Amino acid sequence: MAEGSKDQGGVGTTDPEEDSPNMIVYRKIEDIVTRIQDEKAGGVAIRTVKSFLSKIPSVVSGADIVQWLMKNLSIEDPAEAIHLGSLVAAHGYIFPISDHVLTLKDDGTLYRFQSPYFWPSNCWEPENTDYAIYLCKRTMQNKARLELADYEAENLARLQRAFARKWEFIFMQAEAQVKIDRKKDKAERKILDSQERAFWDVHRPVPGCVNTTEMDIRKCRREKNPHRVKKSVYGVPDDGQSQPSPVHISSQPTRKPTKEDVQKEITFLNTQLDRHCMKVSKVADSLMSYTEQFMEYDPFVAAIEPSNPWLSDDTAFWDLEASRDPSQQRVKKWGFSLEEALKDPAGRDQFLKFLESEFSSENLRFWLAVQDLKRRPLQEVASRAQEIWQEFLAEGAPSSINLDSHSYERTSQNLKDPGRYSYEDAQEHIFKLMKSDSYARFLRSNIYQDLLLARKKVRNQISQFLRHPACILQRWAPLMRTVSS
Amino acid sequence: MFYLDFLIVILCFKPFRCRSLPAQRKYMRSPLIPEMATQEVQLNETLAHLKTESETLKSKLEEERAKLHDVELHQVAEKVEGLGQFVMKTRRTLKGHGNKVLCMDWCKDKRRIVSSSQDGKVIVWDAFTTNKEHAVTMPCTWVMACAYAPSGCAVACGGLDNKCSVYPLSLDKNENLAAKKKSVAMHTNYLSACSFTNSDMQILTSSGDGTCALWDVESGQLLQSFHGHAADVLCLDLAPSETGNTFVSGGCDKKANVWDMRSGQCIQSFETHESDINSVRYYPSGDAFASGSDDATCRLYDLRADREVAIYSKESIIFGVSSVDFSLSGRLLFGGYNDYTINVWDVLKGTRVSILFGHENRVSTLRVSPDGTAFSTGSWDHTLRVCDDCYFFIGIKYNQNLCTFNFTPCAPDKPPLSLTATHLPKYSNLKKHIYRST
Repeated sequence: MAEGSKDQGGVGTTDPEEDSPNMIVYRKIEDIVTRIQDEKAGGVAIRTVKSFLSKIPSVVSGADIVQWLMKNLSIEDPAEAIHLGSLVAAHGYIFPISDHVLTLKDDGTLYRFQSPYFWPSNCWEPENTDYAIYLCKRTMQNKARLELADYEAENLARLQRAFARKWEFIFMQAEAQVKIDRKKDKAERKILDSQERAFWDVHRPVPGCVNTTEMDIRKCRREKNPHRVKKSVYGVPDDGQSQPSPVHISSQPTRKPTKEDVQKEITFLNTQLDRHCMKVSKVADSLMSYTEQFMEYDPFVAAIEPSNPWLSDDTAFWDLEASRDPSQQRVKKWGFSLEEALKDPAGRDQFLKFLESEFSSENLRFWLAVQDLKRRPLQEVASRAQEIWQEFLAEGAPSSINLDSHSYERTSQNLKDPGRYSYEDAQEHIFKLMKSDSYARFLRSNIYQDLLLARKKVRNQISQFLRHPACILQRWAPLMRTVSS
Repeated sequence: MFYLDFLIVILCFKPFRCRSLPAQRKYMRSPLIPEMATQEVQLNETLAHLKTESETLKSKLEEERAKLHDVELHQVAEKVEGLGQFVMKTRRTLKGHGNKVLCMDWCKDKRRIVSSSQDGKVIVWDAFTTNKEHAVTMPCTWVMACAYAPSGCAVACGGLDNKCSVYPLSLDKNENLAAKKKSVAMHTNYLSACSFTNSDMQILTSSGDGTCALWDVESGQLLQSFHGHAADVLCLDLAPSETGNTFVSGGCDKKANVWDMRSGQCIQSFETHESDINSVRYYPSGDAFASGSDDATCRLYDLRADREVAIYSKESIIFGVSSVDFSLSGRLLFGGYNDYTINVWDVLKGTRVSILFGHENRVSTLRVSPDGTAFSTGSWDHTLRVCDDCYFFIGIKYNQNLCTFNFTPCAPDKPPLSLTATHLPKYSNLKKHIYRST
């Protein structure tokens, strides 16, 4: 049994939330972002760029980030680096300073890094009241660059309607925030403003952009201790009216393993120790030979005749497969193993035909009957099982099969309480018998060889030729005349 | 004192029974010593002691298995010819879902697809023509699992309703499918995956309640339940063998378990992933299976060696894998990722042979068609895509009254492709299928 080095018994010593799938991705991104910013360790240079009238502090160009990603994460294709960078941006770790859309461009577009305070790993779930305060605050600032975008203006209008009753409170909060902001240093304010805007671009994205805060509902149960969730950016206390997130179903505490669980584990481990396993070298050879054998049938690796329907819009390939007239390639597959032959309905038919010619078809018919039994609805199982017994195993059965006494005893015992698996032992025995005996002969038989070498078709042509020699002479005659003349 | 010794002696000579599994030789060693240790500990029944015993056995097992790990798969595969780079292209885009596509399955006729989404809709498509053939609205949202019946006459689906329901598909378009719905499975938490066995009559399900279960469709009766996962079970796959009765499941406990459908017992277990296992799929021969996890890796586990034999990962891939599937020969492994891409891996050599962009949100589900001619993906961007590899158009040849379009494949081992007039689609269709080389 292959196992990781972590201790699986009992309550985890590490914080279980740290292992949640989202956290794993955030940690990896944070590692990348930290490395990019670390200039001494080969990171990107974060500079202040001079523009017309002002300076733009603390920025990096998109091209620099793409270069860094390609060099440090062994990425060969710039498209891949751009894609990864765009995802890092979409999650809110880097952002363009003059756009709401969070993607990375491989050019001189300037980007800034998000403050760790706003990182998604801090479990942010900002409320709409906060968003209202933010938009309100933005309208109070007279700078052109801070003007609301269309979608933001729409959002603000909607929020004003929704929070009509407490708008005064929101307005006051917004004013307070503006006052606080005015006290800060100009450059610092630029940076903080942009970071705050990027935060909201993640949690209230531009319409049409992916909302990266959406979660897979199956993973939500284990997310976030409610105490860790941050709901307010501006320190607005939770007034208790906010709805609990529908996604936070109360998480089940990790089940502590009981004595029975551990005892079961011990039994299981002992069974595993008893198991005889193959060496990896042998297993590797087996995987390789299987793959090699089937590669000519794999449409992704080899061309298929006449054409792949998805490429050519022509269903000829499927029509051919459905026909009971198999191609040589398909017949070849039947020779790989008995299982392959039985998987193909045409193969099954041919094998049955061969066995009938040898008067030993009861084995295959029994095997097919048991397969059918397993596919029946529960109600029909008992009666069908009895029918199979009557047909193949009872004294004087019409299609009596040859079972060793041990399997026979077991099977008749099983039939006292008939179920889907009553004939498992018998079926296995018969399969082995067919595999070692009849199947080998089938592969050597004319029935199979004719199909494999497409002899029948040729034979037909020759027989046609021989059948009507007069016609043939007539066809060749004109040619012979011209040659001789 | 004497009594105790006597007891120990008696217990020691009880024949050591080993569960006989088909086609496995017993590991030859002295039965006495480990047995004595087990029996002694059982007399000493405290949880701590049992745990120590379990830990000792685990490390012993790891030791034994490590002895068989004499070489890496990719080392042995060095003598195999490389595949070169593939270029994959989308052949069909299926639009119609109003929300995230969560699951999809192919019909055995190789062209129909059933898909389910977060808005509660289950749609049956003819992917070849992109027509919608049936649509059902489930009473719950987040339909996380759907499956096509082998006969092609029914579909099963379920999700947050904790149930798996079967809908027979009728040819009459006007008939309300929801009326004929049959509730089959009942779990105590969300349904994460479902699959028909070889027949329309049995369904295998896995659930967020930590169990898998086998059900009889007609009666809705539980045939067998499978307990052993310590957390939500997220995925399952049935062994491809006609005679086999096993399946593999993967869960949030980072374990992939192989189960015997007859007895309900877990016969093998694998735990090397570092996070939830979102998808498991058998290798076509049934001797191995691949898994995809939130730790951003896919891994190959071999059942005969009873260990992980390959890991498919890259430093630049940091988002989790949502679903995996093999190509027909098992040479390629397709993985749908949460970073909106599909990565295609060379199973034997462990290298990536292609990356496919195109989806605008997470890829949530991926399946190769039953005859391996294409693979389909479903995404949170509300669409499904059917993809295939790509050819470069190199020219047209005219020969008497036959017109032949010639293509050279992007994969170097494949021979060039020629489509003659009989195989030709309309030229307008052709244009979108080919990738023009300059």
